[in-house]
Amino acid sequence: MNLDLFLQYMVAGVTYGTVYGIVAVGFNIIYNATGIINFAQGEFVMLGGMTAVTLGRFLPLPAAILVAVLVTTAVGALIEILFIRWLHRPSVLRMIVITIGLSILIREAALHIWGESVRALPYFTGTSVTSIRLGGVYISPQVLWVVGIGAVVVVILGGFFRYTLLGMQMRACAANRDAARLCGISAKNMVTLSFMLSAGIGAIGGCIVSPITYVAYDSGVPLAIKGFTVAILGGLGNSLASAGAGMLLGILESLSISVLPAAYKDVISVAILLGILFVRPSGLFGSIEAARLKEF
Amino acid sequence: MRKQGLQIAGFASVVAAIQLVTSLTGNVYHLTQLTMSAYYSLVVLGLCILTGYAGQISIGHAGFFAIGGYLSALLTTYDLSAHGGPIVSGLAAMGILTRRPDLYGGDLLTVHPWPACIFAVLTAVAVAYAIGGPVLKLKGHYLAMATLGFGIIVYRIVLGTELVGSADGIYDVPAFPLLPGIAVSGKSSLRVMNYYVAWGFVILGMVFLLNLVRSRVGRALASIHGAEDAAEAMGIPTARYKLKIFVVSAAFAAVAGVLLTHYNGGIGPSESSVMKSIRYLAIVAIGGMANLWGTLLMSLLLNYLSLRGYFGTYDDAVFGGILILIMLFAPDGLLRRQLFEELKAAVFPAGGEKET
Amino acid sequence: MKGRNGIIVAIVALALLVGAGVQAAEPIKVGAILAVTGPASFLGGPESRTLEMLAEEVNAKGGINGHKVELFIMDSGANPEKAVSFAKQLIEEKKVLAILGPSTSGETMQIKGIAEEGKTILLSCAAAEVIVNPVAKWVFKTPQKDSDAIQAIFNQMKSMKISKIGVLSGNTGFGKAGKGQIEKLAPENGITIVASEVYDKASTDLTAEVTKLKAANVEAIVNWSIVPAQSIVIKNARQIGFTGPIFQSHGFGNIKYVEAAGAAAEGVIFPAGRLLVADVLPDSNPQKPVLVKYKNDYEKKYKEDASTFGGHAYDAFMILAKAIEKADSTDKEKVRDAIETMRGFVGTGGVFDFSVEDHNGLGIDAFELLTVKDGKFALYGK
Repeated sequence: MNLDLFLQYMVAGVTYGTVYGIVAVGFNIIYNATGIINFAQGEFVMLGGMTAVTLGRFLPLPAAILVAVLVTTAVGALIEILFIRWLHRPSVLRMIVITIGLSILIREAALHIWGESVRALPYFTGTSVTSIRLGGVYISPQVLWVVGIGAVVVVILGGFFRYTLLGMQMRACAANRDAARLCGISAKNMVTLSFMLSAGIGAIGGCIVSPITYVAYDSGVPLAIKGFTVAILGGLGNSLASAGAGMLLGILESLSISVLPAAYKDVISVAILLGILFVRPSGLFGSIEAARLKEF
Repeated sequence: MRKQGLQIAGFASVVAAIQLVTSLTGNVYHLTQLTMSAYYSLVVLGLCILTGYAGQISIGHAGFFAIGGYLSALLTTYDLSAHGGPIVSGLAAMGILTRRPDLYGGDLLTVHPWPACIFAVLTAVAVAYAIGGPVLKLKGHYLAMATLGFGIIVYRIVLGTELVGSADGIYDVPAFPLLPGIAVSGKSSLRVMNYYVAWGFVILGMVFLLNLVRSRVGRALASIHGAEDAAEAMGIPTARYKLKIFVVSAAFAAVAGVLLTHYNGGIGPSESSVMKSIRYLAIVAIGGMANLWGTLLMSLLLNYLSLRGYFGTYDDAVFGGILILIMLFAPDGLLRRQLFEELKAAVFPAGGEKET
Repeated sequence: MKGRNGIIVAIVALALLVGAGVQAAEPIKVGAILAVTGPASFLGGPESRTLEMLAEEVNAKGGINGHKVELFIMDSGANPEKAVSFAKQLIEEKKVLAILGPSTSGETMQIKGIAEEGKTILLSCAAAEVIVNPVAKWVFKTPQKDSDAIQAIFNQMKSMKISKIGVLSGNTGFGKAGKGQIEKLAPENGITIVASEVYDKASTDLTAEVTKLKAANVEAIVNWSIVPAQSIVIKNARQIGFTGPIFQSHGFGNIKYVEAAGAAAEGVIFPAGRLLVADVLPDSNPQKPVLVKYKNDYEKKYKEDASTFGGHAYDAFMILAKAIEKADSTDKEKVRDAIETMRGFVGTGGVFDFSVEDHNGLGIDAFELLTVKDGKFALYGK
């Protein structure tokens, strides 16, 4: 395979890698605050995209996306308050099952609200055929938007956690809940906030990627699975690593087409997941300490 | 022992009663969905032991069902007539192959259902042994995800492989002649027999599991579930026991897969989907994680209703809703003993008070 | 304690069974097994809506031969085991005259034997050739033949002097059947398949796959799929600078797929039923009145564009209705015979000519070569 072909595969890999990374970041935020793996994360992405498409009919695109993100954030808060907040020291099993159930319910609700048809947002710049040519490689401008906005989100998130009071409070809660409570931080609110952040980020992901692909009521599940493969690959709890791991998985999948039939592409990500779980569950970049199961 | 015998006898009589009632009222066709429910119940019972008694969550059990069903279907439908050669002749000489007509009057040379079934179940057991070791070392959501991953791999393999029909699955699977005169088959004339065969398997399975729970392994399980480190300290080989239970539950699922495939006459990739695994888990949850009878009851009810289309387009939503409601409000399941005590106390206030 | 459980179960079971025993005598009972929800809902959704609309319309006019139609639509979610269970239910309990559907080829093949055993008419809305080939007495299908669609594509390719193609197909029954037919018919048409890939129905990006095809220097791409992901193939192919013609299957027959592909869909060529271009057909075309009426009715009632998928359900229902009229009876054998001897039935998929050997009734002339112009379906070459 020549360089151009290789680079084109890389572009493809980076494109979906960014999406996986965004979903994984969402997982990590909630995981850090609560120790829960939120199986409904993919549904946040789906809701963001679907809501934006519906709003896009009467609002200009940027406004539609903004409102969609806000609406999804509100849904995230609602879910946390209704289903999670008042649980008292639930077991891991219980939490897993609840989020699985939530994922199903949100999906079925989306089906009955929006029907089964697929939708897509218009491209932010250009159309579905515009592409920028660099040498022998073609890149759609939307890909640049995806990677660009993805990078911005990761950077802002990092800054939020490191430099703002709220971010530091969330980190405190994640590190040691009881100590944080003793300092006057409301652990319950931090949990709600983490759900809201996750939902919002998921929604952004859904909006930026929907022009390239499409959204439908069941787009959430495959994304969630890839998303937590990436989260575990990078090390649960480590958002930056998720971004990197996302790229890695995206590129691996993309390159796998050249040796395996595309029909087995999804087996790659699951095989990687199982491999990591068996060999090094703390992930590539995670610490064994952080990977230990957290108490909720 | 006595009590268990009574429970089994009681249940068997209920099974028979249902059949008689349906025959008398002319509603014999309901037995079809009840038979299918029986086979799905086998999977759920195995999962109940694993999740409830051994405390190991699995959201990939549909994968074992699929391994059993698909292998049996493949072997009993793949036409070997075109293949000569020593292996085929050797198999034929051993009596493993059988010749039968297909739907269109053609002639097929395939593996006989019995060896196919044995091969399928043994394969599932082998896979369970192979992955059980590393998987069961994991805890909590890592374990959940590993089992989920297993289920997805099986799904992707059956969906992507031409040999097993990819998206269409395998059809024209023949009846399974268990014993002379008794066959697992979807033919409407054999409906009543198949009903008893299916529930016969369930009862056998229940007897096995009930004994398992009360045996040394079972009591060890209970201790693992409570406090694994303490159990280890007392010398219980927890890893080995967990593996044993995992393999048993896989075997149950595989047997169910084989039997249901022959009953339906086919199998499709949807039988190994994530949603199926979640449904099994939902039934175990609502029946009571450590309650074999409760799980069986719920499996009977929910599968029967779902297979009759009772839930309409909300089928998946119902199971999702069950999961959430149970986990929120009744994490030990609906039919736990405590609930009956509470109900009894509410209806019949204690202390001999009389109503005036 | 457990004995009490048992009694409760028995009582509940009894109640359910008795309740289900009641049957009505007069109306014509028609069953439908469709994938209304689930991974094939883009098929089952329009199909079930079409059937509901038609049943209402027919009943408003007093039914068929004076009998009202009672339609039982059951949602299988594309699960074969549900299809099996529903088929048995419909045939044995509801004693339906015919079953319309299922939506997918896999489900149809699973219940083919049941329909034969139960001597009940099965009018499938799924496309796989193997449903009616070899012919089974009671089983019919309404979608056109894949082989005809592919032949139409190959004919066009021959006139464009294309000989090296790349094939992308979806991992569904439809995709698999089409891929098989393409591979079978290519050699005799002088077409070489240089590269071929199967993609997942839930794919989000197929750049890698189309890159592989482009690198193999294909002159045209055939994208044979019925799932929404087919739009992504088109977008990705144009984005990486592939300028050759892109051929789609008749599974592209839904304007939503065009919308999802955006500007990239311009110029795509595909064979399809004439429903999609009903308005621009010449008035002399025998299908035009049927197509325009169905299109307008459906769009008015459901506020969404009509698709060829719903059209297959339309054909199934109307063929059954016509057969019942013709046979002037609701006896299963007689109605079945009436279908088998039906000639010149004008449906949305084409003009049907059934026979003992042909339980599909459509030929290559059922197809019209269409393209996309300005975001709408248009006749190709006109």
